Amino acid sequence: MNRDVAIVAFGQTGHRRACDELSEVEMLMPVLHEVLAATGLKTSDIGFTCSGSSDYLAGRAFSFTMALDGVGAWPPISESHVEMDGAWALYEAWVKLQTGDADTALVYAYGKSSPGSVRDVLTRQLDPYYVAPLWPDSVALAALQAQALIDAGETDEPALAGVAARSRDAAHANSHAQLRGPVPHGDYLVRPLRTGDCPPIGDGAAAVVLAAGERARELCGRPAWIRGVDHRIEPHGLGVRDLTDSPSTRLAAERAGAFVRPVDTAELHAPFTSQEVVLCRALRLGDDVTVNPSGGALAANPVMAAGLIRLGEAAARIHRGTSDRALAHATSGPCLQQNLVAVLEGDPR
Amino acid sequence: METEFEVLRAPLVVEFPFTRSLGPVQSAFLTGLRERTVLGVRTTDGKVLVPPVEYDPATADELRDLVEVAPTGTVTTWAWNPEPRRGQPLATPFAWVLVRLDGADTALLHALDAPGPDAVRTGMRVRIRWAAERTGAITDIACLEPETEKGPQTPRQVSAHSGVFEGEAAVAGIIAHARLDYTYSPGRAQSQYIHALSGRRTVGERCPACRKVYVPPRGACPTCGVATEEQVEVGPRGTVTTFCIVNIKARNLDIDVPYVYAHIALDGADLALHARIAGIPYDQVRMGLRVEPVWSEDARFPDHYRPTGEPDADYDTYKELL
Repeated sequence: MNRDVAIVAFGQTGHRRACDELSEVEMLMPVLHEVLAATGLKTSDIGFTCSGSSDYLAGRAFSFTMALDGVGAWPPISESHVEMDGAWALYEAWVKLQTGDADTALVYAYGKSSPGSVRDVLTRQLDPYYVAPLWPDSVALAALQAQALIDAGETDEPALAGVAARSRDAAHANSHAQLRGPVPHGDYLVRPLRTGDCPPIGDGAAAVVLAAGERARELCGRPAWIRGVDHRIEPHGLGVRDLTDSPSTRLAAERAGAFVRPVDTAELHAPFTSQEVVLCRALRLGDDVTVNPSGGALAANPVMAAGLIRLGEAAARIHRGTSDRALAHATSGPCLQQNLVAVLEGDPR
Repeated sequence: METEFEVLRAPLVVEFPFTRSLGPVQSAFLTGLRERTVLGVRTTDGKVLVPPVEYDPATADELRDLVEVAPTGTVTTWAWNPEPRRGQPLATPFAWVLVRLDGADTALLHALDAPGPDAVRTGMRVRIRWAAERTGAITDIACLEPETEKGPQTPRQVSAHSGVFEGEAAVAGIIAHARLDYTYSPGRAQSQYIHALSGRRTVGERCPACRKVYVPPRGACPTCGVATEEQVEVGPRGTVTTFCIVNIKARNLDIDVPYVYAHIALDGADLALHARIAGIPYDQVRMGLRVEPVWSEDARFPDHYRPTGEPDADYDTYKELL
């Protein structure tokens, strides 16, 4: 029997191409303060703290321990970190709350891509024997997936441009987004993907607060209850997978209960336009579902935080009453290798 | 956001060679590439995986049944790369391809040398171009190239292979070089600290909640979790709170051993920083010793600290800083 756990607060930075004047903890701290202030909680009230980040992005060893300075980890707190997108930190926190060990959790994630070259940095997560020595960058791998999708007749370049335009148009309403409004679709970065099909590169952070049961109702007018959450991974070999499909997303969605009843909103972590096509198909999302009203990762993609932001954006719509049942998705690895799906609901109005 | 200080920037190169050992299947595959032979591995349900893996991605069965496949194959998807990046297989524009070699059921990632995107399509026939010098690595395949002669269109029969090759010893490991280039910026608090140091001043920051002064400042009070912004000049003198005697000479460091490395609480600071102590025999350094910084000509930080000659500090004045 699951405990009822909800996202009760969400905050994010204004995502920018670069924030050189701030260290990671300086960038993160205002977001932590924002979610604590929204719930009236202090660090000492929080039962469990979990974060997601990668030192490789900015090249700063142990940056996640420095980031803890912004939490105020004294007296010693119950804390954990994943070298993954913050969505997986949220999953760990959700499990912790399920055990009954904690009633509240602070989850945060941050990524500064500006100091390095994120396309090259991400090659270091690949199979070190057969793939990483070739330095295939993240855009190249996504482009192989996009071409496979085009060859299969699932999309074409104009349709992909349509995904890009719709996302950045939606981001008009999102003051945190890095790219808003019409963006030139641009030249091929790696064909068939043009600059417009790719996410902006930038720095940013996000945080959420989770709470269980009655505690959630005390802290939030309309908690975004996590009805189900699951994550699944596919083989790492790109040539083993069918890149036009995402069975791991579909299975995670099934396990999260996404197909029990329709959702009204979906926040999908699709850094590339072609990946949104794959995800919509895997999740069987109909035209009546509002996809990425925030603009999604095509409007702001702070690596390691962008997945957590999808959960936060979906929850925020429930908090505001603009959604009653939303699906949130996060991805990790090349070509949608690993996927997390959560189903969020608000209490009946 | 307004920036009231000069943002410091410096190049930072993170470079590391990983030495990785290989399992029996990976070893046979990479040894095979050195000998211009492509090996795959057969799964329990009869599929041939190229590149081969040690365990079945579907069933987790241990796989050891090696087979030889052809150096020719078919492109299953491609992507045209107009601007090759450092480390990639070709320096001129090329296509990334997934290629199913004849006899294999899965595809291998590599580069295809082609004159332009119009010369590439899914389904096209390609063959391996071997590197002139081969060491037992995936880069022993220099790239793929379009197959000019009409080869057999039907999958070639695979043949069993022992995985053993004549000649040099089997490849047991690889050294995976990695280099990432960054432009490092230390952020607001540390930038201001470094600026002050260039004027031979040590400036910490006070926590608005607990009033502690942190040196060097990192922008946040680690116990209160709030931003520290009030700047406080500390030192220059301080007290040794604890120390150790270093007996091992560090590489590239021109300091005679033994020497003393100490935690020093600068006057006015609530956090000890660490530095070398000199100007006193190593066996006379003690807790409570009063010290001051010694700046060398061009350095932007103190070279070391030396005794001031003052009486030792009372234990109670620094016991909270141990």
